[in-house]
Amino acid sequence: MHPLELESHGRAPLAGASSRLKLLAALGIITLTALLPRRPHILYLIPATTLLLLWPFCRMPLGYAVRRLLVAEMFILGIALLSLVRPAAAPIFFSSLIKSNLCVFSMLLLTWTTPFQDVLQELRRLRFPAVMLTTLALMYRYLPVLGEETRRMSRARASRTFARRRLGTWQSLALIIGQLFIRSADRAERIYLAMCARGWK
Amino acid sequence: MVWSCDWEPAEHKQMHLPDGFLDAKTALLSSGVGVAGVGLALRQVGNSVQSRQMPMLGLGAAFVFAAQMLNFPIAGGTSGHLVGGVLAAILLGPSAAVLVMTCVLIVQCLMFADGGLTALGANVFNMAVVNVVGGYFVFKLLRSVIRMEQHRATVFAAAFAGWFGTVLGAVVCAGELAFSNTVPWSIAFPAMANVHMLVGIGEGLATGLIVLAVLRARPQLVPSGRDAGFTLRSGALGYGLLICLGLTLFVAPFACPWPDSLEAIGARLGLPSQTTAAPLAGYRFPLIGSATVATAVAGAVGTIIAFIAAYALARAVVPVFGAPKKDASTGT
Repeated sequence: MHPLELESHGRAPLAGASSRLKLLAALGIITLTALLPRRPHILYLIPATTLLLLWPFCRMPLGYAVRRLLVAEMFILGIALLSLVRPAAAPIFFSSLIKSNLCVFSMLLLTWTTPFQDVLQELRRLRFPAVMLTTLALMYRYLPVLGEETRRMSRARASRTFARRRLGTWQSLALIIGQLFIRSADRAERIYLAMCARGWK
Repeated sequence: MVWSCDWEPAEHKQMHLPDGFLDAKTALLSSGVGVAGVGLALRQVGNSVQSRQMPMLGLGAAFVFAAQMLNFPIAGGTSGHLVGGVLAAILLGPSAAVLVMTCVLIVQCLMFADGGLTALGANVFNMAVVNVVGGYFVFKLLRSVIRMEQHRATVFAAAFAGWFGTVLGAVVCAGELAFSNTVPWSIAFPAMANVHMLVGIGEGLATGLIVLAVLRARPQLVPSGRDAGFTLRSGALGYGLLICLGLTLFVAPFACPWPDSLEAIGARLGLPSQTTAAPLAGYRFPLIGSATVATAVAGAVGTIIAFIAAYALARAVVPVFGAPKKDASTGT
């Protein structure tokens, strides 16, 4: 199985629902939560309960949700703390915090139940520009390939070389990334020929 | 779960805005300029890029994403990763880089819930338009001005442009936060600018070294100065106008030390008069002058330091052969 596919599970009840519906629902919840003016905190219970009710239908493990929320929290807290440095800042601080976490949670539910392939299909139906669609599709296809290549190269370099100075480490990392770019360019050339052979454009 | 363990974008060194920090007007305005930038890039790519290079956009996006996985050690066990916007612009050209970075942001948002959906437009504008094109402007300018051996000039310009693009994107990000009244400008600007002046050093260093690595292994992959001009025909005017528009919208209202500029602009745009902000105005006024001026001074000093550092890097890592009189001491 494609490693990327593991991100979204086919077993959850909501995974079978129309992806357009899921995208629109997520967009609706996030827009209403994030963009409306700050309101009494009690009103945030409405999106919160909606998301909690949807959660069982998505079968997203609690540990995964907590882990991803914690990753997002570093940045959310960073900005939220900046907003604290002004008089009477507590409402702004708390509402930003609640808003962000609710939105991240709804994005997590969406990404858990909707494979990226379906999102691409939906974007195609919405007449997203063709160049962007091709780019997104190719990127999605070759992410694991290039990721594996990166890991292989860094493993090989780690086993062969070491650097005393930090600049040396940076130089060897830069060499890996440069090599990765060259290999990507070569691969793009081969892909182009293969696509032409199959009647692209 | 192999994917999410190994690939999790664990460290947020980038200025990905999450949902909930921008208000509706800022989200709409920044999406507007972001979409305009992407539209301009689409037109340019449609005009100038041959279909042969089309797969390179997808592979370039995957390349940027994969390069972001590698951690560069900084100090005391912390590490950061590349953002890669300016790098992509140098290697692929500015318009292609705008599309590539936009796709990276879309995938990060829709596949990894990294960066907000309502903030996607703002993130695209900051990191795929301002960072990429602003950095590329500086790169082209420096490389055409500087009289150095060609590889050296390229590495120097790339390193400085990487730093500059990062700082410029962060300043616009601070402006968006202040414009949506989430974080006061007197806090957001110094915090974002100072942090990213430091972060940008790493980005610039990595950009310069990677460009050099590609130059040494496959020089024809780096478009050289003459054949890849950034002229009016390739959208320089449009991009320049867009960036200026963004700076005017999000940064200019605050950069002015007079306290009434924000309200004047708000009134001109037909926004409701800021009764809630009124008690804060008196508080903000004394701070804005000092903090903004101090950060501006720090920015000027930082620019000079980054400039010298980029120059030193280029001299250190690119030995010039055949000129022993001048460069005998710089070989590494």
